[in-house]
Formats: sequence, C-alpha cells, structure tokens
Amino acid sequence: MPRILTGNRLETGDVLWWNGSDWSTQIKDAVALGEEGDALVARLVAEERINDPVLVDVTGEPGAYVPTTTRERVRASGPSVRADLARGSLSTEVI
Amino acid sequence: MYRYDQYDQAIVDARVAEFKEQVGRRLRNEITEDQFKPLRLMNGLYLQLHAYMLRVAIPYGTLSGTQMRMLAHIARKYDRDYGHFTTRQNIQYNWIKLEQFSDLLDDLSKVEMHAFQTSGNCIRNISSDQFAGAAADELADPRPYAELLRQWSTLHPEFSFLPRKFKIAVIASDTDRAAIQLHDIGLQLRKNDAGDLGFRVYVGGGMGRTPIIGKIVRDFIPVGQFLSYSEGILRVYNRYGRRDNIYKARIKILVTELGIEEFTRQVEAEWAQLEPLGLDAPQAEYDRIIAQFSDPEYDLTATDTLDLSDPDFAMWVAQNVHAHKQPGYAIATISLKPKRGIPGDASSAQIDVIADLAEKYAHDEIRVTHSQNLVLAHVRKADLYALWQALDAADLATPNLDLVTDIIVCPGMDYCTLANARSIPIAQNIAAKFENNVAEQRDIGELKIKVSGCINGCGHHHAGHIGILGVDKKGEEAYQLLLGGSGAEDASLAKILGPGLDENGIVAAVDKLIAFYRTARSAPEERFLDTYRRLGPAPFKEAVYG
Repeated sequence: MPRILTGNRLETGDVLWWNGSDWSTQIKDAVALGEEGDALVARLVAEERINDPVLVDVTGEPGAYVPTTTRERVRASGPSVRADLARGSLSTEVI
Repeated sequence: MYRYDQYDQAIVDARVAEFKEQVGRRLRNEITEDQFKPLRLMNGLYLQLHAYMLRVAIPYGTLSGTQMRMLAHIARKYDRDYGHFTTRQNIQYNWIKLEQFSDLLDDLSKVEMHAFQTSGNCIRNISSDQFAGAAADELADPRPYAELLRQWSTLHPEFSFLPRKFKIAVIASDTDRAAIQLHDIGLQLRKNDAGDLGFRVYVGGGMGRTPIIGKIVRDFIPVGQFLSYSEGILRVYNRYGRRDNIYKARIKILVTELGIEEFTRQVEAEWAQLEPLGLDAPQAEYDRIIAQFSDPEYDLTATDTLDLSDPDFAMWVAQNVHAHKQPGYAIATISLKPKRGIPGDASSAQIDVIADLAEKYAHDEIRVTHSQNLVLAHVRKADLYALWQALDAADLATPNLDLVTDIIVCPGMDYCTLANARSIPIAQNIAAKFENNVAEQRDIGELKIKVSGCINGCGHHHAGHIGILGVDKKGEEAYQLLLGGSGAEDASLAKILGPGLDENGIVAAVDKLIAFYRTARSAPEERFLDTYRRLGPAPFKEAVYG
C-alpha cells in the first residue's frame, strides 16, 4: 500500500504533505514514498521544524491519493462540518 | 464582577512575558518540541488535527462586554472568524498560528484574560452556576468563592505538577446547574443549623474513562476555612495520587482505592496540620471580593408585565427565560444551538452582537454555560422583547434550551487529535429531525443528549439522558448508545444500552428511543429520564434493537 508523508508546520500549525522536494498544503501534490520515507521522517524529527511527521497509508493514484483512516481524511479535507473551510483538493465527501 | 488588582495583572503580565520568550525560543529552534510541548499545554495551546488550538480561560464563565468584544477580535484577527464555547465554560479557537501567538496573548491580557491552566496537570478553570447572583433559589452568589479559588489555584507552586488535571465547581443552590458531583471537587454552599454559611464538599467525581459520582468528604466546612480544606484535599491527592498510570491518576481513582472513609481521615489529618497556619483568606479579603460581586443597580420601578402577543417571542420566553430574584427582571439564555449549527460555535459578528446587548440590556455581564450556551443574567422584563428581536436578527434566538436539539457535543474528529469518531455531525443529524418543529420539541420535553468523540468524555456522554460515545471499530467510526445519565442534583451515570451502531444507525436509534418514550411516559410531564428510571433499560433496548 502506498504511503505519503504528512506533518504540521511549526510556525503555523498548517497541515502539510511532502511533494518530493518541498511541502504542500494540498494532498493532491503528495508523492508516494518507499523506504526513503522512513529516513526522511528521521531527518525531519531531528530538524524540529515540522511537528509530528508521519507516513500514512493511502489508496488511489498519484494526484488523487486518499488516506485509509478517517482521521487522516479529515486532516486532508478539513472539518466535515465546515465546507467553507475545506482544503479543496480532497472533498469532505470522502470522509 | 471581579476586576483585577495590581497583583492579578502583574501575575498575568509576568506569565505572558515568560511564555512569549518560550515561544520565541521554540521558533528559533533553541528548544525541542518535546521540551516546548508541556510549556505550551500549560498555556492552553494544543496542536490539533488542522492547526494549533487555543483554549482561553473564562473564570466561572463570567465575561464583561469588553472581554466578549476582545474574544470577537481574537476570532477575527488570529483565527477564522469564529470561536467555540466549551463544556468548561471556556472558549477555544481552532486555527491559531504559533508565530502570531505573542501578539494574541498581549491582546488578551489587555482585558484581564489569559489561557494558562486551561490544559496540563494542574487546577483548571473554576466553574460555577451560570445563574449565579441572579437565581431566586441560591443562598448567596457562589462566584466570590470561585474567585478565591481562582486566586489560590493560579500558579500555585505546589499544585502545578499534579498527577493529573483537576477540576473544581462551586454552586450555591440545591439545583445543580454546574454538575458538581462530576468534578474532582464539588462545593455546594449551604447553611448549618446555626445559620452559618459553609460548603458541602464532594470529592472524586468525574466522567471520562472511569466515570464516578463524587462522594461527600465533609458535610459542612465554614466558608472561612474552605481554602485550607481544599488545600488539604489537594495535598493528599498530590502525595498519593498515582503517577505510574495515566488512566488511574485522577483523584477519583485514589478515593475509590482508599475508600471514602480512609480518604476522609487522611484529609482531616492533613487539614488539622494546615488550618492553624493561616492559609485562609482574612475576612477583609472575603469582603473585598464579595463586594465586587454585589448586585447591579436594579431599576426598582421595573415591572413584571410582559406582552406575549407575539407567539415566537412567547415561545422563546417560555423556553429560554428563567425567573430572577429581583422583581421586574429575568434571566435570558442565548442558545448556541441554531438549526444546522455547530453546538457552541459563534461567529465574531455574533460575539460582538452579544457584547453590545449585554452592555445595553444586561448590566454588562455575559455567562458561559457548561451546556455551551450563553446567559444574560440581569435583564429587565420590559427589555426582553427588544433583546429577543436583536438576538433573532443574529440567529441567536433559537427557543430550545434543555430540549432535544440543545445537544452538548465535543469537537470530535472534525478537529481533535484524541477523537475516535466525529461527534458534531451526529448532533446535527439528530437535531435535524426536530429543529423545524419547536412544538414537537416542547412536547418531548427536557431531554439532554450529550455526544463525545472519544472516551475522554468532553461531550459529557455519561451525564446524558441519552449519551453517545464515538469509538473506533476496525478503522470505522461507530457509536455506543448510553441511557440514564444526569449531571444535575439527581446525578447518575448513563449505562450502555446495547451494541454499537454506525452513523445512520445511532441517529435512527435516538429517533426510536424518543418515539418509544412518548408512548410509554406516564404523563406528558414525565421527563425522558424519569420514564427510563421508572421502566429500566429493557423496553428502551427492545425499542432500538428489537
């Protein structure tokens, strides 16, 4: 099962996904990571600039990954009860 | 209401300066997140699913119009234009940025507010009766005593690293509107046979993973000694509370494991050592604080006449307005449970409206209730209609207090990192079945539904006439159904009725419970809770699962 990397930006708390070279606030930009993902997490933990970096399981294709857990789907889409605060690239319908 | 003196303000200013420095050190990477996390939590700052969440303390739920307006400013400037009033009479903001946090704290401190001790293993915000100072059935205003507790517990060096969080509530009437028996310490003001004021002291109550109703540790402690007695309780807990297991660290576990008799013996022995040390406030300090909670200058010509010819206004008065101790006055509750709303949420514009109305009609006071509503406690009856019109224009006049659509709900998995399931959509879907028919809601009568998204129970599900608990079932959201709880003076703990249900199933189950109750009640006046207590769970279980 593909895994993508997520975390929260220290300065703002924003939810982020790793796009292969930088962070994005949209899950559609996320790239699947293999074993290099674990090394990346270890590096990020040591750098202390991204809070709670973690690899999460997803289904789907590049550009349309959907986390397998409800919790991560909520993080990706925004609160299901506030459509006006949705993040855009993943519909709250998937929650 | 209480105003800070120079000591209060100096304490807040010093703590804000200290935390601003700590925030700066974290942003400069001079301290790690592991080092910073306990510091930010002690200052009310969490990291939730979408962003940082800030919980601002509202002591005993009382605010001035100026403070309320600052809360709107915080929502507008630092958040996404809304706030969420909580079951601990506080307010939370869901989209805070750490890099703006220092400016936010400065703004709060300008109106005698802060966020410390709204998280962490310390004494949390002291809660009280939202009708304090206005209720006809109280012995005295309980808030001066809550204020003394606030001052005593604020940055108390001995109690800043307790085994676990600690919650205290204070009331002054036989009607319990603050759920005191479900607190670590619950204090009820009463008189002894000699007519002296003192407190009945409950200890070891709580909800969460191990719900327990508090036990009486002392039936009467004179008001002049209640602080040292509280210190005695905290000392026993701080010394013997379990620090080896987070799930057994609350005082309720210590009281249960020792037994109330042994726990009482230890507290009394501790207090015997403490009381002679002069820890209690001198009478002059009691007098100073009590004077700040004196009655507002009532209009002595105010009449009880009320024109109820507008049926919508009459409905609101019947449901959301309570008797006041002063002739010609009333207590008005502002529902934060509008149609399709999120319980407890208010926009910055609504918060500003309420601040304006409090200043215009309610002697500049607002109360937050543990049911996530707001109260204007001193309103002339002659002003009620104008107040209602202004509230209605701001979608703040829903006439549903204590009815089926007045649901307590935690943020759940829509916001909270601890949650196992979403709770807000469950409340919304239950309410949707009834919210267009107030007459039907009133026919169902008092029904307290409480929804939590995890076992920690921020939605008070164990105190619900109908309680709903979100759980994780193999990666899917599921919901347990509980019946028979009460946080009032007839406190009881809700019990699980049967197997868990999915999102649609739990909403349908509540519908079935209500339908059964309406056929089974002995009279229209018999509440859902009383029907349940009379019949027991079996017929309700049959109605849902049969």
